[in-house]
Amino acid sequence: MATQQTRSLARFMMAPSVLLLLVWMVVPLALTLWFSFQQYNPLNPVRDGFVGLSNYALFYSNPAFLQSILNTLILVISVLLITVIGGILLALLIDQPMWGQGIVRILVISPFFVMPPVAALVWKNMIMHPQYGVFADIARFFGAQPIDWFGQHPMTAIIIIVAWQWLPFATLILLTALQSLDGEQKEAAEMDGAGFFSRFIYLTLPHMSRAITVVILIQTIFLLSVYAEILVTTNGGPGYASTNLPFLVYQKALLEFKIGQASAGGIIAVILANIVAFFAMRAVGKNLDK
Amino acid sequence: MARSVTTQHKTIATVAAWIVALLIFFPILYTIITSFKSEQEAIQGFNLIPSGTFESYAEVQAQSGYFKFFLNSVLLSVGSTILALLVAIPAAWSMAFSPTKRTKDILMWMLSTKMMPAVAVLFPIYLIFRNLGLLDSRIGLMVMLMLINLPIVVWMLYTYFREIPGEILEAARMDGASLWNEIVYVLTPMAVPGIASTMLLNIILAWNEAFWTIRLTTTDAAPLTAFISSFSSPQGLFWAKLSAASTLAIAPILIMGWFSQKQLVRGLTFGAVK
Repeated sequence: MATQQTRSLARFMMAPSVLLLLVWMVVPLALTLWFSFQQYNPLNPVRDGFVGLSNYALFYSNPAFLQSILNTLILVISVLLITVIGGILLALLIDQPMWGQGIVRILVISPFFVMPPVAALVWKNMIMHPQYGVFADIARFFGAQPIDWFGQHPMTAIIIIVAWQWLPFATLILLTALQSLDGEQKEAAEMDGAGFFSRFIYLTLPHMSRAITVVILIQTIFLLSVYAEILVTTNGGPGYASTNLPFLVYQKALLEFKIGQASAGGIIAVILANIVAFFAMRAVGKNLDK
Repeated sequence: MARSVTTQHKTIATVAAWIVALLIFFPILYTIITSFKSEQEAIQGFNLIPSGTFESYAEVQAQSGYFKFFLNSVLLSVGSTILALLVAIPAAWSMAFSPTKRTKDILMWMLSTKMMPAVAVLFPIYLIFRNLGLLDSRIGLMVMLMLINLPIVVWMLYTYFREIPGEILEAARMDGASLWNEIVYVLTPMAVPGIASTMLLNIILAWNEAFWTIRLTTTDAAPLTAFISSFSSPQGLFWAKLSAASTLAIAPILIMGWFSQKQLVRGLTFGAVK
């Protein structure tokens, strides 16, 4: 009786969120798609017009494009490996009985709250600077030549910074999952004489599998669009050595004003993200069914 | 039997965990220490004991008007969070208490918007903002940040609201309460903790958002993310100043973050890990 009214009211309550997100998703994406088939240069509008797929061809034939895809993948995969393996080890360590566990947790989680430009600049200047950085001090202490991180190993440097930002996230989530493990089960396994390793492989790891999946999926979403860390450290260089796909699109759009090519790159980024999203949605969706 | 090794085990675990934790925290710690050094001290090699000068803090404010950027960060993160809550609370509410067959699809679809790479829509958004005169405006950026975080806000609220027992709702309905009265008088008080947690996490996320806040602002609306990024092209020696600016930029959110660890897990995993 009242349900009809309730239902329409519910629809009415949902409308603002749904409409806002619909507009936010459809309008810019449609514009990007449209621009990706256009020649459009705000600085030189003479040749503007429909150009078919040539933006995609141009973007694809640009040697920076393949490099940027490669860099994007290297960044995502390296950081995932470091943070997931490091996160599991750290979570296991912090889960042990110890003095000052609360403070250890706070110290470990802290980097996650540091805004990306600060994280990148602190690492660039205070830690990795070839002259004044802490790494250079350590190298000199051992009589070694300090490494020019951003000149010679730009991707490694960025991977270290981004991994530092995300390791806390992985650790916190895996630790939360670990702590929800049934203590009785653990004790029973211990009583049965299961060693640390067999307990880890047969009990702990399966218990954490969903948390690990979630960590991988959520980090992938964010890692695919790393931007500020590159902007303030290497600016994509030297050359294109540390340019990822988002950074390349930004360069094409706002520095070179090649809007068509940038849009083509943007659409490629969307496709890449969608492949990831497909798996992410399935994993999160399963949780809703329980 | 296993308990006999406890003290030794505990000591080893404590030492190992503290060493790792301090190493991870070190860049932040060193930044805070350096912020109390003079520029001369800051580049004289590794040194954990600063002279304790506040001159870098004074200079950051004097040279760049630090406080304006700080204020923008506060306005943008709090403002966008309040906007998001206003839009999301009714939606999450109706999804949690009057779910339909499509509720799950709508939730998943909302989440999917979060997966669109920002850079893919950079130019259209830039164009729209320019044509509406919203570039470098606080209102424009506030709406932007609201849209970015709206899916997370709806999701988080939804997972909290779902835990409120439905019987209370039934009872109120029996007593003849309208849906509006139900929301205002019966359920809102029970939902306050969940709303507060959502708010906290969303402020942190908005404070640290470093793509749109950098690209869509120049001076007037620029928050701390944009201000700090301007330090990337060095003019002379500025280690201590950079440290002071960085410390000020991360301190409030670091402290908020420490209090929101649990909510962080829940919010960022969309309720999949609690």
